[in-house]
Amino acid sequence: MIRLGRIGPIVHLTALILMVALALPALSGTPLEISRYLANAIGQLAAFAVLAISLDLIWGYLGILSLGHGLFFALGGYVMAMYLLKHSFVVTGTVPDFLQFMGWKDFPFYWAGFDFFPYALAVATAVTLLISGIFGYVSFRSRVGGVYFAIITQALVYVAMLLMFRNDTGFGGNNGMTGFSVLFGWQMGTSSMITALAVASLVVLALVLLLCRQLVRSRFGALMLATRDDETRLRTLGYETLRLKLLVWCLSALIAMVAGMLYVPQVGIINPRVLSPELSLEIAVWVAIGGRGHLVGAVIGALLVNAVKFWLSSAAPEIWPFILSGLIVLVVLVFPNGLMDLAKFRLTRPMGPKRMAEEMEEARP
Amino acid sequence: MSLTALLVDGLTVRFGSFRAIDDLSLAIDYGEVRAVIGPNGAGKTTLLDVISGITRPKQGRILFNGALDLTQTSEAAIARAGLRRKFQKPSVFEGLTVRQHIAIGADVGFRPRLDTPALDDRIGEVLETVGLTGQSTRLAGELSHGQKQWLEIGMVIASDPSVLMLDEPVAGLTDEETGRTAKLVRALVRPDRAIIVVEHDMDFVERIADRVTVLHEGRTLFEGSMDRVRADAAVVDVYLGR
Repeated sequence: MIRLGRIGPIVHLTALILMVALALPALSGTPLEISRYLANAIGQLAAFAVLAISLDLIWGYLGILSLGHGLFFALGGYVMAMYLLKHSFVVTGTVPDFLQFMGWKDFPFYWAGFDFFPYALAVATAVTLLISGIFGYVSFRSRVGGVYFAIITQALVYVAMLLMFRNDTGFGGNNGMTGFSVLFGWQMGTSSMITALAVASLVVLALVLLLCRQLVRSRFGALMLATRDDETRLRTLGYETLRLKLLVWCLSALIAMVAGMLYVPQVGIINPRVLSPELSLEIAVWVAIGGRGHLVGAVIGALLVNAVKFWLSSAAPEIWPFILSGLIVLVVLVFPNGLMDLAKFRLTRPMGPKRMAEEMEEARP
Repeated sequence: MSLTALLVDGLTVRFGSFRAIDDLSLAIDYGEVRAVIGPNGAGKTTLLDVISGITRPKQGRILFNGALDLTQTSEAAIARAGLRRKFQKPSVFEGLTVRQHIAIGADVGFRPRLDTPALDDRIGEVLETVGLTGQSTRLAGELSHGQKQWLEIGMVIASDPSVLMLDEPVAGLTDEETGRTAKLVRALVRPDRAIIVVEHDMDFVERIADRVTVLHEGRTLFEGSMDRVRADAAVVDVYLGR
């Protein structure tokens, strides 16, 4: 059994993330300045790490595997894109490509108000809660779990992808939305904007980490683990696990949504490919590689896999699927708890007779 | 005085064409330890499943305190009404400590309701009762089989249940552990509590049970003291053998 220090790793990681967030603007203008490409990559990685935490919360701590978390990520991303396009249109008068492509003179009526960020944020939150709430309630109430839940979530994200591929929905169709020029009144694509977005992503990542740490260490967190380990047992102790699961599921969806909102301004585009089942599967791979049920593991998994992916996508894009598959096989066969399994080797203590005796004692049936 | 805790009335449970419980009626009183025995497939565990709300019957009802029909109540609500059950296979939460288990059992709700000193006292008492005082910070996954059995008993008695169901509490235990468990069960007897034990170990049943119900093919075959059970020709024939 792994027993990591109670204060340790999450706080250390948070501190490290905040230090990077401070260093990015502090180093600008000095010879140590980080390149725009790297700063942008760091920001995107931070958004992916937030997304990984959202999945770890329900998979690692609650035992519910979602293979459709790309849905909530995309939801945040699409709403952010709508805000950016509408805002850019209001400030600069740029007509979005997809409107011209469709031959539409004006935005569809449901775009009204999206140039006002708090409204866009409220809509994203409401729609995320509505979809996750209804879907979660129906599934958990019917006691759908395990692979069945995973398959249904996968189907859900696929349906959403097919819907968004349609050109007449007013959300950009198969080309998606791009050409964002202004964010909060500032010009996009400048070095300072790239740095600001990366810093914002890192700060949000730190906040989400601390929030989730509080949650999983609380009594509620103990009940999450109890639900994961034996839901019937917990129910027959008087707990309505439906409510618990629904709450955590909706919270997880919201965190994924926030990740999407951070991601889109940094890549500068959103299209239905974000809703492809592959991306949603990949999120689960990040978490599995890093270590389910460890917040630090989820972050490390997301950073590691995506860093390799960033690097390979320029160096040798065709071998990426093989690397990813290889990592999955390695994790399944050698490290069932992901890289967090490495912690159990307790590298500081060599295997002497005393420790051997202890471990035998622990392993006794 | 013997008030009825549970009244099982015309209960039938079917799995497909198989009648796991067939028009079963029985009453369990406060203050007694009732052992339910019988061959495999007699419906013992199914009976506990229906009482705890996990399985819904085809027909019949189970009244708790003469009022609450358990066949219409959710598992969680049944547990909150004061009926707790230990499962056949030790069901503990591998990732939680011993202490956390007792806290979850003692104080039901997403937010703690007992204040910390009161909860600490209660946890101390329960751990003492089940003999796990020295293990409070260990993870349940690290415990031995016997310790897991006791931990689960501790978790279900932490809320002071008025009906306690124990499904095979000594399965897989050593003789010494079985003896300790028998003492534990007798120590849990109270005038305002009914204890139902499903068990195959006849010596254990003899030590703990006030009355014994023998189930066979979903019906009551015999009900009475263990001595009379052993003497009954029909019981010997279908279950005890020789």
